[in-house]
Amino acid sequence: MQKYLVRRFILALVTLLCVSLIIFIMSRVSGDPRHIYLDDYSTQEDWDRMGEVLGLDKPYYEQYGIFIKGAVRGDFGKSVREARPVTDVVIERAPATLLLGAVAFSFSILIGVPLGILSAVKRGTMMDNFGKFIALIGQSAPPFWLGIMLMFFFAVKLGMVPPYGKQDWNSIILPAVTLGWYYAAANLRLVRSAMLDVLDSEYIKLARAKGVNSRTIIMKHAFRNALIPPLTFAGVTIGALVTGSLVVETVFAWPGLGRLAIEALFAFDYPLLQGVVITFTLLYVTAAFIVDVLYAYVDPRIRYA
Amino acid sequence: MVTADTRIDTEVVLSVDDLRTHFTTRWGTVKAVDGISFDLRRGETLGIVGESGCGKSVTMLSLMRLIPIPPGKIVSGSIVLDGEDIVPISEQEMAKIRGSKIALIIQDPMTSLNPVFSIGDQVEEAIKIHQDIPKRSITDRALEVLRKVNIPAAESRVKDYPHQMSGGMRQRVVGAIGISCQPQVLIADEPTTSLDVTIQAQYLKLLKDIQKESDLSIIFITHDFGIVAKMCDRVAVMYAGRIVEHGSVRDIFNNPSHPYTEALLASVPRMDRVVDRLYSIEGQPPPLHDLPVGCAFANRCPVVMDKCIETYPEIKAVSDGHTAACWKVE
Repeated sequence: MQKYLVRRFILALVTLLCVSLIIFIMSRVSGDPRHIYLDDYSTQEDWDRMGEVLGLDKPYYEQYGIFIKGAVRGDFGKSVREARPVTDVVIERAPATLLLGAVAFSFSILIGVPLGILSAVKRGTMMDNFGKFIALIGQSAPPFWLGIMLMFFFAVKLGMVPPYGKQDWNSIILPAVTLGWYYAAANLRLVRSAMLDVLDSEYIKLARAKGVNSRTIIMKHAFRNALIPPLTFAGVTIGALVTGSLVVETVFAWPGLGRLAIEALFAFDYPLLQGVVITFTLLYVTAAFIVDVLYAYVDPRIRYA
Repeated sequence: MVTADTRIDTEVVLSVDDLRTHFTTRWGTVKAVDGISFDLRRGETLGIVGESGCGKSVTMLSLMRLIPIPPGKIVSGSIVLDGEDIVPISEQEMAKIRGSKIALIIQDPMTSLNPVFSIGDQVEEAIKIHQDIPKRSITDRALEVLRKVNIPAAESRVKDYPHQMSGGMRQRVVGAIGISCQPQVLIADEPTTSLDVTIQAQYLKLLKDIQKESDLSIIFITHDFGIVAKMCDRVAVMYAGRIVEHGSVRDIFNNPSHPYTEALLASVPRMDRVVDRLYSIEGQPPPLHDLPVGCAFANRCPVVMDKCIETYPEIKAVSDGHTAACWKVE
């Protein structure tokens, strides 16, 4: 078990390192940032001085070294637009995204998993059809359209919740549902098919032959096994919820990292964009690590492998 | 000489009478089990033999009341276990009987244990359900049954998961679960099919030993006549959902009276005879949703008569305790 965790942890670090390299390369490939920082009236002198300040006069490997050294200490340089450290800006915006992600994730689990179980146990009934309907909408409607439709009905027509922004506690409902619906649908389908497979297995037959009642069969014997595929997917979900926030935060004017990324992109604020992407990666990798740990907890075949 | 019959107690623990289990499908009603009757006495082993699709497994599932409803349903008949008919009782009541009075060993040890729970958990669960005893005693009892099925170092292996054990070992754990609550009847559904021959022999001996010790009655579902000869006291030969011949092992082997039994015995490979080709029974069993009015074996029978096609033969006594459903028997 320890060996497994150590291996996973090292893999997570390697992933982070790779991503940092990709980000570094992409930011260099996309051109010299001095073209943005300096205007047409700048002299060659300004150009060289700026290069010195930013470290652009050094060879690439040294630049990468500086980048990594800063990143390890949480220093991603200064945002151009806001003229203050990137880390400060990111930390300011992160809670909104984390909150939205957490609510959307809970929504995807709380809707997807129970509906998946019910659809499998009551296969072919109205319940199953209802589940299929929910899954169909979630998987086929694009989030920006779904967001606008939800906004139109629940905020504009019915006035039940604020249409956009982050004001009251209930302003999170629409963005969270928009963001989480696709994953709720995916979880529903995963749990349903995993559950159907498991319920048909020999060990469920043996458990019934032991005299285990139907409730315990479903909640203990079947669910624990059916949990493995959605758990794998949960790692992807958490990561994707963070990146998915780009669209949803924009639609609902939610002041989080997703919108920050878009803002940074339009303002050509490279250091800020880098900082946001690194933060996304960090969230993704952390989520994947947590899932790996849970995975081992649920499935002994992984724990002892 | 002590014969098989005198060793057996005369008390009947399980009595099946005219059991019919049908399935509703889009092709019509599949009569998987259609009117079988037999008695099982204490300490006795009854073999149920027949080819695939003859109703052996549905019989087993019916006895455990594990038929999927729908499409399946026990449409008539009674299954009297320990003096109580278990056909009409509720699912909750049946859950109390499963595992405690009637237990099951299923075929494939590789898939019959839950991969996410330890061996100890799975054995203890069966005990916990049926016996109201403190946790400590449950653990002790689980260890005791695991030792009984010859799991070496049972104390440390209880923490193991199924994937850490070999097939033979897993099948013993399944056996341990089966006997953990001292059932009266144990149904073994081809328990050794997926084990290799030496492990198979060990397992069969183990079952025999446990049976002797606890006066267990066993229903052995198999298509292997070698196992029947070794394990069983009596045999019921099934064909197309019915028992076509029923008698002691000696009667069946020495004096097979139904052409189907004869054909089955003829198709068993023998060490003492050299043949070019093994005997095989021509044709296919009839589809179970479209059974003929007469004898279901008629279209494959080498000694078929007009009467066989017109009317289903009654079950007739060949000798004492030996019956066959064939017009040939007079």
